[in-house]
Amino acid sequence: MADKPSKQPPPKGGAKPSPYTADRGIPGAYEGETVTRRRLFEGSAMAIGGIATAAFALPALGFAVGPMFEDDSPRRWQPIGAEPDFNPDSYVAKVISLVPAIGDGGKTTIYVRKASPDDTDGLKQPYVAISTRCTHLGCPVRYVQASERFICPCHGGIYNIQGEVAGGPPVRPLDRFETRVRGGKVEVGDRFSVNKKLERFSTRDPSNHLDGLWQYLYPARPTT
Amino acid sequence: MKLPAPPLPKFLRSKPPRPGSGNGAAAGNGANGGANGGGANGAPASAKDHAVEGTAQVVGWLDERSGVSPMLRGFLYRKTPKGTNWYYTLGSATMFAFVAQAVTGVFLAMYYDPSPTKAYDSVNHLTNEVFAGELVRGMHRWGATVMIILIFMHLGRTFLFGAYKYPRELNWIIGVVLLVLTLAMGFTGYLLPFDQRSFWATVVGVNINASAPVLGPYLADFLRGGAEFGATTLSRFYAIHMLLLPGLIGALIGAHLYLVAKLGTTAPPWLKAEKSKALAKEEI
Repeated sequence: MADKPSKQPPPKGGAKPSPYTADRGIPGAYEGETVTRRRLFEGSAMAIGGIATAAFALPALGFAVGPMFEDDSPRRWQPIGAEPDFNPDSYVAKVISLVPAIGDGGKTTIYVRKASPDDTDGLKQPYVAISTRCTHLGCPVRYVQASERFICPCHGGIYNIQGEVAGGPPVRPLDRFETRVRGGKVEVGDRFSVNKKLERFSTRDPSNHLDGLWQYLYPARPTT
Repeated sequence: MKLPAPPLPKFLRSKPPRPGSGNGAAAGNGANGGANGGGANGAPASAKDHAVEGTAQVVGWLDERSGVSPMLRGFLYRKTPKGTNWYYTLGSATMFAFVAQAVTGVFLAMYYDPSPTKAYDSVNHLTNEVFAGELVRGMHRWGATVMIILIFMHLGRTFLFGAYKYPRELNWIIGVVLLVLTLAMGFTGYLLPFDQRSFWATVVGVNINASAPVLGPYLADFLRGGAEFGATTLSRFYAIHMLLLPGLIGALIGAHLYLVAKLGTTAPPWLKAEKSKALAKEEI
């Protein structure tokens, strides 16, 4: 239609055809309409529609992605037992709650021992609380006392008594939890990650490297 | 082979025309005679005439107002190339699998509770206690695998027949997006039974997403709704699985079908184009 060069029929009542539209073959043009006016109306219809859509779509999008940008888990200290329960030579399994009120899905097992003079880390924690979340892809590791190794059932990750990688695919040592002693009770706090030198980093996801140039590809996130 | 007509009771049989009352059977007039039906020529209309006439009127009413019949005719009676064979039904089969998933999924949603403490029990309940629950959940669970198999067979057929070439590249791209969305359906649906297997498989799956540099951890946070597998992770997966992805898949299937109908299908590659005699002469 619009590409036809044919002229508009002259408007009724003998009025002159619009000088702006008559020779352009714009369908549906009426007397006195200009191209600028038509563009303005098209543009404002689009703009109003866009604003109306953005008015509900942007808040909804923010609602969906909001949890990516806030740390909604306040630091909690959980008592796990009395000081004499733990020794420097063997790990004791304890169950703590990571996310409250969602049942077993929010709980996790950790392995705890007293810090030993043989430890090579400089983390200055009175107790060593090892997270069982494998740093390969997050399966739960278990501690085997006979071999003094943490072993992951999924893809064969193996860690030594300090949680350092002894074999398999994991990219960094096992995560740890903060520990402290209050009134004779051992308490655990937040999770943190360590690199191969056992230096402390904020919590990273499993599979995220923390050594050399790799660490810059997996920066700290707002959620941790 | 023609089977003998079933013995109808007398009041259902169409009456033969009275001698001298018309030139044809009452049923023929009913179908052709317009709104007046079988009564136009004086013969009383039978129940069959009324049924035929009523259907025609309803369909005519709808068609006059929607103009849908030319579109349907164009879609259903479009030309297909010589050599079209059973492999061309794989796309329809995939869509049928999707519709089956959608229908069974809607009914599963009536009994499913996406809260971390109740999800497993509600699945247990709907599987073992609700009437036909095992069947409906089984169809959804196995139908998911069937859909993945069918979509890959459809993809392989399209590739091997060269049906992705000009002018159908856009349909190939839409199809690849549909494949990714279908795999995402499998990933998000796997968590919903919330047993040990689905929980740990999803933990591993989310961490595989997290292993991508820079953006991976953010994607994992988006999927979990936070840094830990938490209170809203299951309901996020459920909403993505049953609202977001099916909506996208439905819309893209519409676009996919539109392009199939618009562009037509291709002949199998082993068929050579038939040259007209005039064209053959000109080539010599």
